[in-house]
Amino acid sequence: MSTQSHTGQNHITGNKTYIIVWAVLMVMTAVTVYVSYINFGILNIVIALVVASIKASIVALYFMHLKFEDSITWVFALFPLSLLALLIGMTITDTFTRTIVP
Amino acid sequence: MGDASVEHSHGHHMDPAVEYSSSKLGMWLFLGTEILLFGGLFAAYAIFRAKYPEMFFEQHVELNKKMGAVNTCILIFSSLTMAMGVSAIQRGKQKATAILLLITILCGLGFGVVKYFEYSAKFHHHIYPDTSIFFSLYFLMTGLHMLHVFIGLAILGVLFALTIKGKFTAKYNTPVEVGGLYWHLVDLIWIYLFPLLYLIG
Amino acid sequence: MANHTIAHDVYVPFLEKKGIWSWLLSTDHKRIGIMYLISISFFFLVAGVFALMLRYELLTPVSDFVQPHTYNVLFTLHGSIMVFFFIVPGLAASFGNFLIPLMIGAPDVAFPKLNLGSYWIYLLGTLIVLIALAKPADTGWTFYTPYSATTDTDVVLITLGVFVLGFSSILTGLNFIVTIHKMRAPGMTWHRLPLFIWASYATSVLQLLATPVVGITLLLLITERTLGVGFFDPAKGGDPVLFQNFFWFYSHPAVYIMIIPAMGVISEIIPVFARKPIFGYKAIAYSSLGIAFISFLVWAHHMFTSGISDIAATIFSFLTFLVAIPTAIKVFNWTATLYKGSIHLHSAMLYALAFVFLFTIGGLTGLFLGALAADIHLHDTYFVVAHMHYVMIGGTVMGFFGALHFWYPKWFGRMFNETVAKIAWLFIFIGFNVTFFPQFFLGVQGMPRRYATYPAEFESLMALSTYGSWILGAGIFIMTVNLIAGLINGEKAPQNPYGSLSLEWQVPSPPPLENFEEIPHVTDWSYGYGKKK
Repeated sequence: MSTQSHTGQNHITGNKTYIIVWAVLMVMTAVTVYVSYINFGILNIVIALVVASIKASIVALYFMHLKFEDSITWVFALFPLSLLALLIGMTITDTFTRTIVP
Repeated sequence: MGDASVEHSHGHHMDPAVEYSSSKLGMWLFLGTEILLFGGLFAAYAIFRAKYPEMFFEQHVELNKKMGAVNTCILIFSSLTMAMGVSAIQRGKQKATAILLLITILCGLGFGVVKYFEYSAKFHHHIYPDTSIFFSLYFLMTGLHMLHVFIGLAILGVLFALTIKGKFTAKYNTPVEVGGLYWHLVDLIWIYLFPLLYLIG
Repeated sequence: MANHTIAHDVYVPFLEKKGIWSWLLSTDHKRIGIMYLISISFFFLVAGVFALMLRYELLTPVSDFVQPHTYNVLFTLHGSIMVFFFIVPGLAASFGNFLIPLMIGAPDVAFPKLNLGSYWIYLLGTLIVLIALAKPADTGWTFYTPYSATTDTDVVLITLGVFVLGFSSILTGLNFIVTIHKMRAPGMTWHRLPLFIWASYATSVLQLLATPVVGITLLLLITERTLGVGFFDPAKGGDPVLFQNFFWFYSHPAVYIMIIPAMGVISEIIPVFARKPIFGYKAIAYSSLGIAFISFLVWAHHMFTSGISDIAATIFSFLTFLVAIPTAIKVFNWTATLYKGSIHLHSAMLYALAFVFLFTIGGLTGLFLGALAADIHLHDTYFVVAHMHYVMIGGTVMGFFGALHFWYPKWFGRMFNETVAKIAWLFIFIGFNVTFFPQFFLGVQGMPRRYATYPAEFESLMALSTYGSWILGAGIFIMTVNLIAGLINGEKAPQNPYGSLSLEWQVPSPPPLENFEEIPHVTDWSYGYGKKK
């Protein structure tokens, strides 16, 4: 039995993969900085958040090996994000549907 | 009689595979808590941005985009070296791991230096955490983040010391991988902080 | 030849090694559990004394025992200590620590050193709050802005202490989740786990994920007071209700951190003393997860009169009703377990039965409060005080006392006086109801909470409530003395005095250091009572 399966690791990511991921991250960073100089109106924030989320996802999937982790790890990686969405969503709903009595 | 030979930690040995997967799961769980800790600040950001878009538009230009971009690149690069460091020790390459850890640490320190200049410039212009809600968010979010960078540097420092002492091998390197996960979180949070604070007005 | 060779290792009970440092530096989950038990019990009694002082002041409508400011400090301390030092760590840190590895067939938790660290962090948190008592806060345990951001008392230190305590809670939850996932004995599948484990798992998820939010909230309050940050200050563009939204995002799940382990205890006690398998195992198991999940969705029902929008209030009121469903499922299943069972009224069973009855009252009154229209009238009245104490005392504390009486022989290797225990229970049961049932009426009649003085028309019910508190206090005193006496000269406990099928009862009382000589191989669930061989 190989020592790797003995310790439970079963996949060592190669440096080539890492460098490609890094290059993609740098390109996306450049894109997001470039876009910030142009006025797309409301789309600016959408693009910024989408790009940031893609960057975050590939850091998690590749640098953090989430791609190769078991389902329990996925659950605990994603559930906090949904809780965060809930906190932000409901607090904004409350704040912006209040009727201000003059 | 059994006393002397029995440790209060009653030295039971966990199967290495169980210890490895337990440690990883434990760190992912902890990262989840960090997401929610910062999450409160992101929630505050969302609310106040929606309430006062003009304030965010006017005041975010005070932030130095170039320094922010440099810091972003530093952290992303440090994530690369950290990930490569983990792969290296999984292959038993202690020396390569030590070098990569050292580069990661230097990146982290570099990030700190840039932030030092940024904050100094702010204070020089009389911009403080209580200057406005936007700047409160700026200082608190980047400040809390910076605190986590310091914690990460401490962890990496310990890992570096243990690596050059030869404590990690291809068979046993769990702390490196788990410490690496923490460092990547620091990068992840900045990936959001940078556009939210510096880029969108 | 004299045969002194023992076929197995010498049994070293975990209590054997003596000396304070063998305790404070121990990474043994059983010792850590006892240290938590001693700490939380101590703070329970301290905060209980504050409660008796509050009720003594309320004997008369005027402020004759303490001044109003002191009264405000007293209820702040009573609430903060009870919530953060006793009931949130509570059953999880004490009984969870002791039982989880034993019940799943493991030698310890996943991270024993982290476990000890959690306990030290808990102590540090309590120490910080102790220092804060130099200028104790008078804000109520909920620390609402704007008062908490401006009051002259030491809010920074007490909230810092709570922040530190939060860390302990997070790390304990983390430890238990990993332990339950990774360290179950062979054959211990998820559907063979004792229900206390399911409850502990659900609780741990709440501890892990909800607590960070109160952490950042209290940090923000500290920055309001120290750095002039204005997120909650209208003069600076902030919103004081934002504090409440953030605070209750944690504090509502926190009340389920308080109750779910107690429900787990009830699920363990009832089958043993009814000699029947638990009815609806899967329903109870999944209802713990269901309650935990729904608990994240309902927080603003604490804020119906704070100025939140009608839309938000309606949504939260509707969601609040949902949480009654998994809760009711548990109550039905416990009752069904009792039906046609062979009931043994041991003191632990008395507490479990009291739980089912009293928690049902507490839970139902929670529904009244969840109804938006009713809550407009009842919010911040004694109705809320009564509701919360019915669930926290009638629920969690009954579960805690029941757990104490049930697992006492296992932890300490001794038996206590059963007759005295029953007498204490009677005092507690009667005293508790006399204290808090009148408060429902006071609330409906409009008596507000957190007031040292009140209109004369409320005096008779208020006095009745105070007399009840004396009976309750006496009962707790008798119970405490009885349990301590058992430690000193109780008879030695057998391995399994109540004939439980759960793994922790298959090892000696008290358990050996390593829990199991050999990790057991599990073939069945632990509720097979009353089966013919």
